[in-house]
Amino acid sequence: MCILGPSGSGKSTLLRCINFLEAPDEGEVFLRGERIGFKGAVPQKERDLGATRARMGMVFQHFNLWPHLTVLGNVIESPVHVLRKSREQTVEKAKELLTMVGVADKMHVYPHTLSGGQKQRVAIARALAMEPEVLLFDEPTSALDPEIVGEVLAVMRQLVNDGRTMIVVTHEMAFARDAGDTIVFMDAGAIVETAPPEEFFTRPRTERAQQFLQRYMR
Amino acid sequence: MNHDLSVILQHYTDFLAGLGNTLWLAAATLIVGSLLGCIVAGLLLSPVRIVQRATSILVDGLRCVPFLLLVYLIYYGLPELGIRFDRWTAGLSALIIYHTAYFGEIIRGAWLNVSRDQIEAGRAYGYSGLLLFRRIILPQLFFSSAPLIGNQSIYIMKDTAFLMIITIPELTFAAASIQSTYFVPFASFLAAVLLYWIVTLAIERGVHRIELAADLRRA
Repeated sequence: MCILGPSGSGKSTLLRCINFLEAPDEGEVFLRGERIGFKGAVPQKERDLGATRARMGMVFQHFNLWPHLTVLGNVIESPVHVLRKSREQTVEKAKELLTMVGVADKMHVYPHTLSGGQKQRVAIARALAMEPEVLLFDEPTSALDPEIVGEVLAVMRQLVNDGRTMIVVTHEMAFARDAGDTIVFMDAGAIVETAPPEEFFTRPRTERAQQFLQRYMR
Repeated sequence: MNHDLSVILQHYTDFLAGLGNTLWLAAATLIVGSLLGCIVAGLLLSPVRIVQRATSILVDGLRCVPFLLLVYLIYYGLPELGIRFDRWTAGLSALIIYHTAYFGEIIRGAWLNVSRDQIEAGRAYGYSGLLLFRRIILPQLFFSSAPLIGNQSIYIMKDTAFLMIITIPELTFAAASIQSTYFVPFASFLAAVLLYWIVTLAIERGVHRIELAADLRRA
């Protein structure tokens, strides 16, 4: 699912409400039919939210890698310390993931030496290492140089082909059209239109969607 | 000059004893001061305005006063108010109080510099509470404050010299008393300088190592 919309429309905020990094004022979030974030009527505390968040992998616009850990360290960090998985197994898995995203040779270096595209691919590996049920992407390519955007989108396309559940906030229209199966269009803090890509991009129903597409598509 | 040198060498144990006192005074100040500094930093960051203001004024006040004056206040001034400390307690307290103020500022600065993005990533990956602090926040605090704390250690060591004024037998006191007994001022103080240099060099080497490690791990 791709969330599109002009800047300031609330796309990132909506995404962050899904894993409760932002506290929603109202509404409910269901993961596999189970309402998350609340225990009955009471909002969950950070400690309990942590367990829920660990079921969702998040990839940030500015990568947000942990600089005091190596690339491999970043990927194994949460599975080992939050999910309490075996270190050897996690390292094995991490090496596979890093190979899959194409940064295996950088395994033992520290993040600050990497390019933006490499950092983001490490971030994707970090998210995958959690074996998440959902992957959340917050404008994953917005901070990248145009030439580098492609390498990250290629990894994301691979994940789509693998059948992963992904919610992607993005400005990459081509990616949304080719790889998405649902487009959610937001404007001024509200969802304005929801449609499959073929419909949304060729026959947008609402006027705001039409205006948006006119401005962003060539 | 040869005679002077031989006097110094004959009394090397006095210098070493003085150095020993300098070192343990500095080490005690570093350890206690940095721990108390965490508490001070917490007060400086307190959302309760009156706590934050009061601590801020105290900390700034201490940093604007020459250390020697604080030593005098505690050792000579307090007895007038009925509080009498022996010279060691007075000296060590002065060192700790004075440098806690600096440590408080250093740790507060390191805290404010911790990257929100990385904490957010921590939260998104299931971290919270003590684990978040230990795995994500503390390493950042350490690497950003360690060089400053290392430098502060050098200032602590230099400030121990002031304690000779209340007759604490640290290194400068040892050098001064050797020189006044045997009339060998230049050789005596030079020996002290060399010993201070050796310690400072060791601290700076350590700080440099940490800076290198911190640089590898920068954002």
